[in-house]
Amino acid sequence: MTTYVIRRVLHALVVVFIVSIIVFLLIRALPGDPIEMLVAQNASQEWTPEMVEELRRSKGLLDPVPVQYVKWFSQMARGDFGVSITHNYNIGDQIKDRAVVTLLIGLTAFLIGLVVGPLLGIISAIRRGKWVDNLVTVSANIGITAPQFWVAILLIFLFSMRLQILPIYGYTLPWVNLGQSIRQSILPVFVTALGPIASSARQTRSSVLEVLGEDYIRTAWAKGMNERKVLLKHILKNSLMPVVTLQGQMLRMIVGGSVVVERVFVIPGLGKFLVDAMLGRDYTVVQGSAVVMTIVVVLSSLIVDLLYGWIDPRIQYD
Amino acid sequence: MDNAGAIRAKTRIIPIPEDEFEVLEDQLLPPVNEFKRFIRVFFARKIVIFGAALLGLMILTAILADVVAPYGPYAQDLKNVLAGPTGAHILGTDSLGRDLFSRIIHGTRVALLVGFFSVIVGASVGTVIGLIAGFSEGILQTLLMRATDAIMAIPSLVLSLLIVGALKNGIPAVVIAVAVSMFPGYIRMVNGQVLSVKQNDYIMAEKAMGASWGRIIFQHILPNCMSPIIVMMTMMMGTSIMAEAGMSFLGIGITPPIAAWGAMCYDGYKYLMTNPLLSIAPGFAIMLLVFSFNMVGDGLRDALDPRLRGTLSE
Repeated sequence: MTTYVIRRVLHALVVVFIVSIIVFLLIRALPGDPIEMLVAQNASQEWTPEMVEELRRSKGLLDPVPVQYVKWFSQMARGDFGVSITHNYNIGDQIKDRAVVTLLIGLTAFLIGLVVGPLLGIISAIRRGKWVDNLVTVSANIGITAPQFWVAILLIFLFSMRLQILPIYGYTLPWVNLGQSIRQSILPVFVTALGPIASSARQTRSSVLEVLGEDYIRTAWAKGMNERKVLLKHILKNSLMPVVTLQGQMLRMIVGGSVVVERVFVIPGLGKFLVDAMLGRDYTVVQGSAVVMTIVVVLSSLIVDLLYGWIDPRIQYD
Repeated sequence: MDNAGAIRAKTRIIPIPEDEFEVLEDQLLPPVNEFKRFIRVFFARKIVIFGAALLGLMILTAILADVVAPYGPYAQDLKNVLAGPTGAHILGTDSLGRDLFSRIIHGTRVALLVGFFSVIVGASVGTVIGLIAGFSEGILQTLLMRATDAIMAIPSLVLSLLIVGALKNGIPAVVIAVAVSMFPGYIRMVNGQVLSVKQNDYIMAEKAMGASWGRIIFQHILPNCMSPIIVMMTMMMGTSIMAEAGMSFLGIGITPPIAAWGAMCYDGYKYLMTNPLLSIAPGFAIMLLVFSFNMVGDGLRDALDPRLRGTLSE
């Protein structure tokens, strides 16, 4: 077990390292020069070519690319994400604040998906062919096929504009104003959770249906076991395995979805940070936030993998 | 059971028991026509027929966009800016006076183009990398598979945004960006397939007879991968269309004035209060197209490889 955990952690570290190289190289390839943008933004000041050159040097943009990478990576490993090229703020502080927002919404959505998805899947499988099943199957299909931003727009139109019971956009931290925070979180959390709910429900439904056909379930019924016991002990336990493996992907989906959801609801999280920096060609910010988002995904899939080994003792640690 | 069987049984000296007779009948059946079986299973579910019909209709619409659409995608009617649905403009017009219905029709073209090409690029390059990884043992395989893990760890939309940023905007950049984010699925599947096929005795026999790697790849490995690849490609059409819509919604990738559904949703979002159709209608089009691809994918999966049921859909 210990060697498995160590190997798995090392694997996660290697993945983060490769990701950082990929992200770094992709950012280098971006067209547009941040220094030129900075100069253009401060057009009121006189800029001589020497001053621009000096600025470039002070931002470390004249070093060879591998040197820049090593500098950036070693700083990042110490939790220092550097300073924004165009706005001079500390990226690490910004990322911390924004990651809190994204994680609050993401984890709430994840937990809702974790509970509601399998629950719907089980109900739908047990009542196969009944109206509940049809309702769940159709809604799950919609949840998978409808783009997130579109669902968000529909909900904003209905709840914020027509019924006017929920705010249109913005975000407040729960410890600043809990009531406001909850009201502002309902729609984004629902939109974020929709995909995970739909996927988990579908997966649970098909795996419960598979388990229902097994001999040991027939045996359990035949020996007169009560319904609850069969459901919890035999069906649930055996059918949740594939659903657990799916959860690693769910977190990736949630983190990726934050990019869109945060833009629609104007939430100051990591996703919006990334897109804004992307549109503003702020290299260091894009690098930092993309890497942090990936670390979140890698860590969560690491946890899922370890949990998986714990839930299913048949998994061999080799 | 049936009369014919009873009469035939009577005319023989030794009566054949009914069940044995049925076995005989079964054995006399002609071999199953693979194509007919495929068609039968594929069209067995009503929802798949519906999806296939819808998909056919949308592909036709995309091809005939110039004929079907009442206006051009960029034609402006400046007297009717932000008009509601009328006889002249079925779904109304946008902030530049362009006919929404026509733009949605032309948007079908963009969505299908991006979907089709990114799936082709993703599947072919992914398959080749998977083959290389599977056949090269040792360091190269480890390296390729770790890189695949890394690509899989980056949220796909974030990866696509970075790639589009690096390649500048435009449809080709979006195609490559979406394709790269789909590599891991193919790489992993083909790699696994190669590893398992390689262990079979018949491969050893082939090698002993001096067969080339090319022969082994084309005769044994690719045919084994074909069904899952086809199913995966159909499913990925929906995914890539959604990815493109997400990117153009964020204003990255396909830029105005090209009629991309995601960008249309974002433009219309500003007028949600007064003209809700502007952002709701293009989004509905995205959903219909993705839905039809998913249904066709479901049908293909059932018809090509029932064992895959539930394993490829996310």
